[in-house]
Amino acid sequence: MELYNKTLSELALMLREKKISSAELTKSIFDRIEAVEDKIEAYVTLNKENALKAAEEIDKKISCGEDLSPLAGIPIGIKDNISTKGLRTTCSSKMLENYVPPFNATVMNKLCDAGAVITGKLNMDEFAMGSSTETSYYKKTKNPYDQTRIPGGSSGGSAAAVAAGEAVAALGSDTGGSIRQPASYCGVVGLKPTYGSVSRFGLVAFASSLDQIGPIGKSVEDVAIIQSVINGYDKMDGTSQYREYTDYKANLKSDVKGLKIGIPKEYFGVGIDDNVKSSVMNAVKQLEGEGAIIKEISLPSTDYALSSYYIISSAEASSNLARYDGVKYGFRAENYDGLIDMYERTRSEGFGDEVKRRIMLGTFVLSSGFYDAYYKKAKLLQRRISNEFTENFKDIDVIATPTVPTTAFKIGEHFNDPVKMYATDICTVTINIAGLPAMSIPCGYDNNGLPIGLQLIGDKFAEQTLLNTAYAYEQLKGGFKLPTL
Amino acid sequence: MNKDYEVVIGLETHAELSTESKIYCDCKNAFGLEVNSQVCPICMGMPGTLPTLNEKVVEYAIMMGHALNCKINRVCKQDRKNYFYPDLPKAYQISQDDVPLCQNGYVDILVNGEERRIGITRIHIEEDAGKLLHSDKFHGSSLVDLNRCGVPLIEIVSEPDIRSSEEAKVYLETLKSILQYLDICDCKMQEGSIRCDVNVSVHKKGTPFGTRTEMKNVNSFSAAVRGIDYEVNRQIEVLENGGEISQETRRWDDVKGESILMRSKEDAHDYRYFPEPDLRTIVVEQEKVDELKALIPELPNAKLLKYVKEFGMAQKDATFIAENAELAYLFDSCMAKGKFSAKSYSTWILGDLVKYLNETGKALSDTNINAENLTALVEKIESNVISNAGGKKVFAVIIEEDKDVDKIIEEQGLAQVSDVSALEKIAEDVLAANEKSVTDYKNGKTNALGYLVGQCMKASKGKANPGMMKEIILKKLG
Repeated sequence: MELYNKTLSELALMLREKKISSAELTKSIFDRIEAVEDKIEAYVTLNKENALKAAEEIDKKISCGEDLSPLAGIPIGIKDNISTKGLRTTCSSKMLENYVPPFNATVMNKLCDAGAVITGKLNMDEFAMGSSTETSYYKKTKNPYDQTRIPGGSSGGSAAAVAAGEAVAALGSDTGGSIRQPASYCGVVGLKPTYGSVSRFGLVAFASSLDQIGPIGKSVEDVAIIQSVINGYDKMDGTSQYREYTDYKANLKSDVKGLKIGIPKEYFGVGIDDNVKSSVMNAVKQLEGEGAIIKEISLPSTDYALSSYYIISSAEASSNLARYDGVKYGFRAENYDGLIDMYERTRSEGFGDEVKRRIMLGTFVLSSGFYDAYYKKAKLLQRRISNEFTENFKDIDVIATPTVPTTAFKIGEHFNDPVKMYATDICTVTINIAGLPAMSIPCGYDNNGLPIGLQLIGDKFAEQTLLNTAYAYEQLKGGFKLPTL
Repeated sequence: MNKDYEVVIGLETHAELSTESKIYCDCKNAFGLEVNSQVCPICMGMPGTLPTLNEKVVEYAIMMGHALNCKINRVCKQDRKNYFYPDLPKAYQISQDDVPLCQNGYVDILVNGEERRIGITRIHIEEDAGKLLHSDKFHGSSLVDLNRCGVPLIEIVSEPDIRSSEEAKVYLETLKSILQYLDICDCKMQEGSIRCDVNVSVHKKGTPFGTRTEMKNVNSFSAAVRGIDYEVNRQIEVLENGGEISQETRRWDDVKGESILMRSKEDAHDYRYFPEPDLRTIVVEQEKVDELKALIPELPNAKLLKYVKEFGMAQKDATFIAENAELAYLFDSCMAKGKFSAKSYSTWILGDLVKYLNETGKALSDTNINAENLTALVEKIESNVISNAGGKKVFAVIIEEDKDVDKIIEEQGLAQVSDVSALEKIAEDVLAANEKSVTDYKNGKTNALGYLVGQCMKASKGKANPGMMKEIILKKLG
């Protein structure tokens, strides 16, 4: 029986009904990894031995009839910027090649408490900076639909692993689209939760005010299950939101009658591929056919979002990444002459070009004399962008846009043109700037057979509405299909 | 110092707050423990960790704000100050930039009997850094101790209102005694609980302020005095020789007694401050601000002014009592009884009491002395029931045990004989037995009087009131 192409919900049921054991399931996932990892290169570190042990433990609990979470015994992959106690966490950087965290991220504790089995650490753009997973120091992950193409990024390893059956589901992180864009490119479902709903404690910071951990899965239901486990207030995270979080899966329903969907014209303009545009609009029409009300809306500040995003995220990154100085942990240059030289060599040799580019950009925009012109202005724009969404959400429930203007591009295609690379984030960064929840779900394929993603955006903490809308669409379109490898 | 010049000084004082735990994690805030033993992933700045603010730090800082008459910014933020140094594991210090927790205050100090008001620009909260350890034993490397990382600090910035090193010293001592009164800082100078940076400029009288230099590494109040004096003389010398003072940061070397250039204005750090995205805006309810204000006791600088101006005490005595919260409380409680003069109490407090405390190492609260028994003792002396010498004996008992003053006087037979007829009887007996001395006195040997009074005291077993005894003898000798 092939288990790797089944959804988390299906597998959870099979485990509960004792049709399979977690050990069997985990073993089959590692068999799959063995079979396809050479082609996909999704993992930086595998956790096979521990995973099999954990699976056996869970099987004991299942046989004892313990009341377990639907995640119990499910093999899940983790993006390599989420701290895993005792399991190295590299952020796909040379800088942290041998760094093993002495503590777990809050989400890891939650997953472990739920009985999830951790398959390993997934490849990503270095320190989550990139849109293609090409900036990883270790390897270039391939798109399961076409191995000459990138899987998207920065959570490219997470999306590719789920699409290729190398993990039942995965955790990613999203600072400007890093969950949604690779989910779109790899034909899977990804959710970027409301800022403050999932603890960031243990997530290696890129841009603290924008980063958010979220799930990537084969179905809307899968993503709902994981999100319900990982969200919640955490006193270890000062930006965590204290509120009641509901069980999204239990409340999942596919009824969209009367649901008001906004279509922002700014997201369908120049640069949007025709295939993408028509697939997204088709999806919207299908929802309309189910009783949703479609409304054209305007988000005029969208044009400024990309600049605002790159200023804020780079500014925070320049400060967040300053700690990698060779003094305490991680990489230190071998030969140096004095303290300043050690700093310079360590950081020159330890970071890749994209990371250095952002550190320089961020350092520049925070410098005295430039702060007001860049950082301060970007923060003002952030407020304006956020206000525009708030205004619109008074009249509508969900906003629908493409996740990315195009489908997955070729490996190397934009690698030396950062501005083009940054432009692929145009539809996703705004949502991080505004702190909103959004998800990407597959809504068709382009002429090359590459997946296209529909992005659904909700008001703050409206995850349930988002998931319901996505669920309704998924019922119409049909579920996950494994790409042929 | 050249009398043509005036000196302008501003101080930035860092005080470590004595909270149980550190400012952004649960690690213990303690000094002197094993290297790198009071640390966790958060204060070591490990990847993925986040700070969470210790509310006590905000409360302590607001108390200091109230004590220094500041406006409290109930809504304020924390900012990152970015710079690279091995003792700063995150490579940024969480501090406060443009909106400090407290601002626009003042403190009144007493300098050589003159009251001076020093403006307080701001008080903000921030985290301390670790410490580098250098030794020949480390084979050319330095090691770092991160125990101090995340120890909460307040930085108190004064206006450039200070005009001499003496004034600076009094200002610092006043801050120290206030911190002690509020019980928010250990004030152990040798442990670095209070440190300051000194800004100094000089200008000729009647001309605008000169360019200032900043001096770091000033680790004691006496070092502040030496550093300021050195810097003032250096600046005047430069100016007198036709030079210019450049805005620069200097390092005070207290051993060599000189300041050394650290960096010039061109090399000044650009700290790239920006709002700390990992922490929420600090919002303190007005109710809380008021509650904290109600906790502020009468402060030592206010007490000092009262002691000197109202009670007419010498500044030295007044300062000693005012700066010691326990002594001041005792003294104030005694004075509140409104019975005896400040002098009658301060003599005991500054004398026998302080001596006892110093010798035993005890705190006042460990003894039995209180306003009641001390007043009872003073009363017995003032009303001539016992002598000063007898008083000392009583004091030695009541400081150790809870015993009634009258009972001690009775048990030890300390009561003075002040009954005139009894004293006359003693005088008559002594004069009769010492005819030679009487003759000597009458022949002009006045020191025979002392001998006769002494004999009377001896005959009374020390209980006679010596003043009265002397008068009676004199009268009888005619």
